[in-house]
Amino acid sequence: MSSPKAHILIRKGRVIDPNNQRDEVLDVLIENGRLVRMGASLDAPGAEIFNAEGLCVFPGLVDTCTRLTDANISSETRAAASGGITHLCALPDTNPVIDSTAVVRLIRERAMKAGFARVLPLAAMTQQLEGKQLAEMQTLKEAGCIGVSNAGFPVQDALVLKRCLEYAATFDIPVMLRPQDNSLAAGGCAHDGPVATRLGLPGVPSVAETIDLARALILIEASGVRAHVHQLSSGASVSLIRDAKAKGLPITADVCIHHLLLDESAIEGFNSQCHIQPPLRSKADREALLAAVADGTIDAVCSQHTAVGSSSKLAPFPATKAGIAGIETLLPLLLHLVEENHLTLQRAIEVLTSGAAKCLGQTVGHLEIGRVASLCIIDTKTRRRPSDDWISSGKNSPWMEAVLPGVTRLTVCEGRVTWLSD
Amino acid sequence: MIATPPSASLQLTDDGKLKHFLSVEHCSRSLLEDILNTAAGFVEVGDRAIKKVPLLRGKTVVNLFFEASTRTRTTFELAAKRLSADVLNIDIAKSATSKGETLMDMLWNLEAMSSDMFVVRHSDSGAPSFIAEHVTPNVAVINAGDGRHAHPTQAMLDMYTIRHYKGRFEGLKVAIIGDIVHSRVARSQIHALNILGAEEVRVIGPRTLLPVDIESLGVSVYSDLAQGLKDVDVVIALRLQKERMDSALLPSEKEFFRLYGLNNDRLRPAKPDAIVMHPGPINRGVEIASEVADGPRSVILHQVTFGIAVRMAVMSMCIAGQDAGAGR
Repeated sequence: MSSPKAHILIRKGRVIDPNNQRDEVLDVLIENGRLVRMGASLDAPGAEIFNAEGLCVFPGLVDTCTRLTDANISSETRAAASGGITHLCALPDTNPVIDSTAVVRLIRERAMKAGFARVLPLAAMTQQLEGKQLAEMQTLKEAGCIGVSNAGFPVQDALVLKRCLEYAATFDIPVMLRPQDNSLAAGGCAHDGPVATRLGLPGVPSVAETIDLARALILIEASGVRAHVHQLSSGASVSLIRDAKAKGLPITADVCIHHLLLDESAIEGFNSQCHIQPPLRSKADREALLAAVADGTIDAVCSQHTAVGSSSKLAPFPATKAGIAGIETLLPLLLHLVEENHLTLQRAIEVLTSGAAKCLGQTVGHLEIGRVASLCIIDTKTRRRPSDDWISSGKNSPWMEAVLPGVTRLTVCEGRVTWLSD
Repeated sequence: MIATPPSASLQLTDDGKLKHFLSVEHCSRSLLEDILNTAAGFVEVGDRAIKKVPLLRGKTVVNLFFEASTRTRTTFELAAKRLSADVLNIDIAKSATSKGETLMDMLWNLEAMSSDMFVVRHSDSGAPSFIAEHVTPNVAVINAGDGRHAHPTQAMLDMYTIRHYKGRFEGLKVAIIGDIVHSRVARSQIHALNILGAEEVRVIGPRTLLPVDIESLGVSVYSDLAQGLKDVDVVIALRLQKERMDSALLPSEKEFFRLYGLNNDRLRPAKPDAIVMHPGPINRGVEIASEVADGPRSVILHQVTFGIAVRMAVMSMCIAGQDAGAGR
């Protein structure tokens, strides 16, 4: 990373660190990139003073699911830093696919060179994500991948999936799954419900997800592998995860932020900005997902950031690319949910910090004395329109003109300032 | 909090006149009645020695068919020619325009040729709305069938036919039979019948051919043909595509015909004066027996005749709406 190591005294910020059950107004001192002290009225000659009175200090935010390409790493990680994110997990469906050490190195080097955030790459679970042959999981782990995933191409063959999980379990490699039965989802681009029926859009039924999730849970239990489930979209999936956790399975789950705010009605008028996969489902599904985030069944909320070119959304709805560029609106949208009393501020920050870190098996997302500092300072009261200072290379967001709470004043990632604004 | 495209207002001018015809769904009853009344004035044009009126003289209508269709394209072409428009037919294989960019490029090219109207058929639901959103002002877009979404001119010619034979919509019970899930025609008919005040719209078919939550469109659902046809005034059979057997939606044409095919005997529960309709092209012996298709209750060929008048009505109304919007 390019900027010098931070030497900053943050004065009188409201420090919320869910991992340590901390929520109090404190000074925070970063010296030579390390978090050295937290306390009342600290003194630090020579340190740069950052007055955080009335602002919040959170651990650096962690995004459990993003999609990058080798070409957009710089812009997208800068967008992440602008949203207080310091660590982001990248799916292996980059171009080229992360199934060789050379690609892992390329992705990590690009991210290091850009210097805006730590990219935590996932390795392909199967070669070329084709769902046929195992990828070199352990080699890829040693090269820096934090887990394996087949991204948006869930392994359909039960035997291949079983072997993937067993092989990963052998080396204690976390497995990240996005469950979907392709035969049930085939050709669908919207939730199989009343809106898709009226618009005549081919539907993806909820069972496309739950049937594959149920199968995966059986195989996870049998193999004992550590597993994380990406992007739950339905209440039925929440129930399956809740039961699996109650049984003691080593499993965590995340949900994409948009599924907490939008339902199938968002695609009215063939609104391709809300074309995402898995699709936005019913109001009841949305409410079940929100409740599951609040009660801890769902551990993390991710952006599922997918930046696409404007022409990719400029087509009839079924022909448009799925995805929302959401990395810079992740925190503002969660803060909006806090304002609407769906979540406490502490829980909202937990799902973006220690909850997310637990999903990824990483010791990030908390504030520990003596460690390299990753944190962000957020003005949760000021509101802004995302389009006013949009950074991501993808302009595909339905939230562009919404006025959302939360402005990032400072982001420090692994001891270096990655975002600073007044 | 999010901005949604203006689906309801897209096809209407500020004072509620038609400027595109994309879907029946957001139309008022009076607008649909306007279309039917305007069409009535055009029906007699087809009986004249010189079958032309000059309403679209000097206008260029482009038939933009991304999906093969002979019948619908022909009736639109005939309608445009009877209105004295110049007609350009463009058939585009879907493969050449699967990307939005290509579609946009093509539209801009066609606009550069000073087209006044696009008649669009596309296999993707929402394609005509997308085109209407992005064309330059003063170009009218008429939906000639998009995916499973809508086929509004077909629905309106069906409404014309029903009104012609029944004189009204109040008190009518209408049954639509067969492959509802893939049918843009059925969706548009359901909206039109509900807007125009039909007493009851029924859909009849096996679960595999009914879309999820179809009741939310305002229909009652029947899986038994005899029960579904009891006391109905209008029976609409839909075309059953042969591919449906391959995708495990139905066991066989034979079983479908046995359970849902129309013959004289199975029509008995319907009212004695019930009419039988079909959007065409018909599969004899699959959804309808020849004795019904060619029988006294069938109005199938009249639907075709009225179709030209209804399309003339919609085209002339959209051009008038566009011209009024442009202050011409």
